[in-house]
Amino acid sequence: MSEEPLVEEIALDPLPLDAWHRENGARMVPFAGYEMPIQYAGEHGGIVAEHNWTRESASLFDVSHMGQLGVSGDQAGEALEALLPGGITSLKEGRMRYSLLLNEEGGILDDLMVTNTGQQYGLVVNGACKWDDIAHLREHLPDAVTLTHYADNALLALQGPKAADVLGALVPVASELTFMKACFADWEGVPLWISRAGYTGEDGFEIAVPGKHAEKLANALTEDDRVNPAGLGARDSLRLEAGLPLYGHDMTDGTDPVSADLTFALTKKRRESGGWMGHEPVAAILANGPKQRRVGLLLDGRMPAREGAGVYAGDTKVGTVTSGGFSPTLGQPIAMAYVDITHTADGTALECEVRNKRLSATVSPMPFVPHRYFRGS
Amino acid sequence: MPRYFTDEHEWIDVEGETATVGITDYAQEQLGDIVFVELPDVGAILDKGGDAAVVESVKAASDVYSPITGEVTEANSALEDEPALVNSSADEEGWFFRMTLSDRDELEGLMDDKAYKAFVDNL
Repeated sequence: MSEEPLVEEIALDPLPLDAWHRENGARMVPFAGYEMPIQYAGEHGGIVAEHNWTRESASLFDVSHMGQLGVSGDQAGEALEALLPGGITSLKEGRMRYSLLLNEEGGILDDLMVTNTGQQYGLVVNGACKWDDIAHLREHLPDAVTLTHYADNALLALQGPKAADVLGALVPVASELTFMKACFADWEGVPLWISRAGYTGEDGFEIAVPGKHAEKLANALTEDDRVNPAGLGARDSLRLEAGLPLYGHDMTDGTDPVSADLTFALTKKRRESGGWMGHEPVAAILANGPKQRRVGLLLDGRMPAREGAGVYAGDTKVGTVTSGGFSPTLGQPIAMAYVDITHTADGTALECEVRNKRLSATVSPMPFVPHRYFRGS
Repeated sequence: MPRYFTDEHEWIDVEGETATVGITDYAQEQLGDIVFVELPDVGAILDKGGDAAVVESVKAASDVYSPITGEVTEANSALEDEPALVNSSADEEGWFFRMTLSDRDELEGLMDDKAYKAFVDNL
C-alpha cells in the first residue's frame, strides 16, 4: 500500500493550537508550511464522521494557517480597488466580500475575504499564498497605506447548523450577525473578531483570536457537546460539496475569474469602469466568453475521479478534473472540472478517465449540497 | 494457516497453493474512510510488488501491491457494495482477492506477525 502525499512542503513553526490538536487525537500532516490536523481519532473522528457532524451539528476547524492581514491608512479602500475587482470603498462597516487578487494577465493570484472593520480593511488569504500575497500587496499598495500581518493571531472556524447557538451562548453578539457580516466582541477580556462566514456551505463563523488565547477558546467551544473538532480532510469534502473552489487546484494564476465561474466576484459597476489589475484581459473574456468554464460533475458508481483526470465527450478530450472526491452527503463521487464551453450545459453527459476506465459523469449545477447560510429570519 | 506481511502493509494468508490477500488494520487506519476498492480481474497475472488493487478513501487513491507472483482466482465481491468492510474488518471480511502461489520462495522475504508488529511500532 502506498499513499501519495497531500503536500510536499516541510513544516515550519507550530501554529497556536498545535499541542491542542495532538492532545485531541489529531493526525497532523504538513500543509501550507505548517503541521495541520487532517482528521482526529476517536468515536467522532475520521473524515466522514467529521463531515457529517458538521452538516448535522457543529465542528471546530483550525484555519490559523491562513493569512490575516490589515490594510489601513488614507484611501486604503481605493488602493485595494486598484488590485481587486470587487467594490471595496462601497463596503459598509461590518460587511465583508469575497474577492480575488489578480495579476496583469487576469490570472488569479489568490482568493480572499475583505472586511471593512471600521478601523481598516481586514483580509483573510490562503495559507499557501500568504507570503506571495504580502509581497504583491507591498509592491503595489501606495506608501500612504499600511499593510499589517497579524501573524500571531489564530483563526478558528465554527461551522454547522448549531454553530450560532453554541457561539451565541459564549458571545451573545455573534448570534446577531447574518451571513457575511462581522463584528468585534469581547469574550472574558479576550478580543475576538467574529465573521459569519466559512467555507463549508453551512451557517457558521470564523473567529480571529490572539494566539495565546486560542486554546482557551477552542476548549470553551468543544466543551459544548454539540461541537467536535474537524480536520482539513472534512473541510475539503465539505467545500467540494458546497461547490466552493480551492486555490491551487480549482483556480491558479493560469485561470481567470470568468473561466473559474467566479464572475460574481467582479462587482458589476467595476466590470466596465475598470481600474483594477487584470481588468483589460478579463473584460475581453467577459465580452467574448471563456473557452472553458469550471463546472460540477456528478459521477455514476462509487469510484471517484481525482484532480488531473481527463474529461471526455466520446473520444474527444474536453476538459480536466481539478478536484474530486467522494461526497459523504450524496453517497456518490463528485468533482469540479474545467470543460470546453460547448460541453458545460447542465445535464451534459460526459466521461471521466480514471486508470484507463471511463466513468459516466453529468454536468451538474453547484452547490452539490445546498448552502444553508443564515441571511436573517 | 500462516499469515505473512509486506512492508507496504499487505497481509497474505497461505493455504496450500492458494493465497488470500488484504491490507492490514494499520493500513486501513491510515487511509481513513474507504469508499471504493478497485479489485483485479479474475485471471489477471500479478507480479510480486506490482500493482494489484486501488483503494479510494475520501481524500485519496492508494495502490495495493501484490505480495507474490500468481494468478487471481477470486475477488471479494462483498467490497463492491460495502467497501467500508476494509475499515471494519481489514483482517478478515475485508480481504481483497485470492491468487495462486507459484513460487514458495517468494514468501521468505515477508514478515511474520511478530516482525510486522515490530515494524509498525517503529513507524
